[in-house]
Amino acid sequence: MNSPAFDLLMWARGPAFDIALTIFIGGIIIRVLEIVILGRKKDMAAPKGNPVAQGFKTIFSRSIPREGLVKFAPITYLGGYIFHLGFFVAFLFFAPHIALFTDAFGIKWPDAGRVIIESATALAVIALLALIYSRMTDPVRKALTTFDDYLVLILSGLPLITGYVAVNKLFGDGQMMIAIHILSVEALMIAFPFTKLMHAVTFVMSRYYNGTIQGRKGAES
Amino acid sequence: MANTPMLAEMMKTHGISRRAFMKYCASLTSLMALSPALAPRVAEALENAPRPSVIWLSFQECTGCTEAITRSHAPTIEDLIFNAVSLDYHHTLQAASGHAAEEAREHAMKQHYGKYILIVDGSIPIKDPGYSCIAGISNLDMLKETAAGAAAIVSVGTCAAYGGVGHADPNPTGAVAVSEIIKDKPIINVPGCPPIPVVMTGVLAHFLSFGIPELDELGRPKAFYGNSIHDRCYRRPFYDKGQFAEGFDDEGAREGWCLYKLGCKGPTTKSACATVKWNNGVSFPIEAGHPCLGCTEPDFWDNGGFYKPLSVPAGDYRDAGLAAVAGGAALGAASALLAKAGKTKAAQAHETVDAHDLEKSS
Repeated sequence: MNSPAFDLLMWARGPAFDIALTIFIGGIIIRVLEIVILGRKKDMAAPKGNPVAQGFKTIFSRSIPREGLVKFAPITYLGGYIFHLGFFVAFLFFAPHIALFTDAFGIKWPDAGRVIIESATALAVIALLALIYSRMTDPVRKALTTFDDYLVLILSGLPLITGYVAVNKLFGDGQMMIAIHILSVEALMIAFPFTKLMHAVTFVMSRYYNGTIQGRKGAES
Repeated sequence: MANTPMLAEMMKTHGISRRAFMKYCASLTSLMALSPALAPRVAEALENAPRPSVIWLSFQECTGCTEAITRSHAPTIEDLIFNAVSLDYHHTLQAASGHAAEEAREHAMKQHYGKYILIVDGSIPIKDPGYSCIAGISNLDMLKETAAGAAAIVSVGTCAAYGGVGHADPNPTGAVAVSEIIKDKPIINVPGCPPIPVVMTGVLAHFLSFGIPELDELGRPKAFYGNSIHDRCYRRPFYDKGQFAEGFDDEGAREGWCLYKLGCKGPTTKSACATVKWNNGVSFPIEAGHPCLGCTEPDFWDNGGFYKPLSVPAGDYRDAGLAAVAGGAALGAASALLAKAGKTKAAQAHETVDAHDLEKSS
């Protein structure tokens, strides 16, 4: 006798993970290499400032909002911050996730308890819903939003929601919910290289590049 | 002999008081998640039920299930309940052997046709029936023949319920569960490797008192297999607090912290281990410091490794990762060089125009 939930869980932990990992890693490398090898046209003019220093500075400085912008677009800024922090706390400090890194790379770090993980998850989901709401209601954002934006928002939210349901056994079969949670992460991994999720890797390059442009002009970035 | 009420007399001979028996019925009632008001009914049913004939068939198995049920400290009342059935055939326990043993089975089948309970432990090989025979009869034939006259079948142990170790990859004997072969009889699955003795006797007691218990989608009685071990585990607070044993002899292990990182399958395993426990409620594997293997679930042998945490991929994903790095690098470089070549070509093909040319062409 077979259990469909168990079979799905084993498929998610086995072949599906291998497929997702291959596309995830292979896709990221393809896209990064394309960007780096294609390069930019060399600027022959002597720089007025220090492009490299401005480039590195910008990688970090762009994580801090400019004055007044939080007030101008609170949902975008606060929602963005809360979502990213919540997502990474739940992703990187939940013990079962750390066990995966320990198995893969032999490294480990302290994990957070259930209260922290679940609060982070809940906050991230609320932030995500606020971001979706603002995209749907604000006329400017609505006009700028494409299918890709909604897809990415949903794909990033599903692992949080399914993980919360699986851990708390809110509904459904326990095995099935863990399987669905793992599959939702795999969907995120597969979509990663081909959507704007790639910003998690390319933000370093693009911020550096923008910083060097300002540095070359002798401006502060 | 087989149809006379026996329990009352047996209780007397074993020195079990009525009070102790009623206490057992009450605990059994709560164990089976029945209303406490039903305890007297359980007692009445057990006392007055005619001793049903039981035929126990052992196929591809290790005798662990029989060991478990017989070693549930004699003389417990569970033991008595088991004595309250007429075990007419069990080739490990019976005195008769050879033809005499088979005759006992045939006799019981004939005498109680349509009424006896068939208990099976072990899987059935269907690739070549000759892989496992008893008295020259293949397991497959014996099961079909004996099941035909059974009132109900209890598949005891994970092998009989889901195929168990015999069914594990690569399954050389083509081992299958009882339910894969017998489709026209009620089957109660009591999985476990082995199942908890009191769960085996509890299911029999339920069958005697109220008939077939409520089963889940995997044929297990919901009363005993309704909750995951993780949800009822006394180490659960450590999981919630994020305190884990990372080795079998580290501080966490000595402190009795959660065994998730040592591969515990408690979160995906449904069984009464954490509540009923073993050896008269003394302990269970997790209490003894070993992670749950998930033995009440189908295919638990193939769950990617007993000591691998549930969150860790089951396959050899490192190979896939390394192949992706190599493949990604090759494809990325090729694609970038192609784009670069296109760029150069476009630059070469670029024609400059001035205002005169534009005027001419317009």
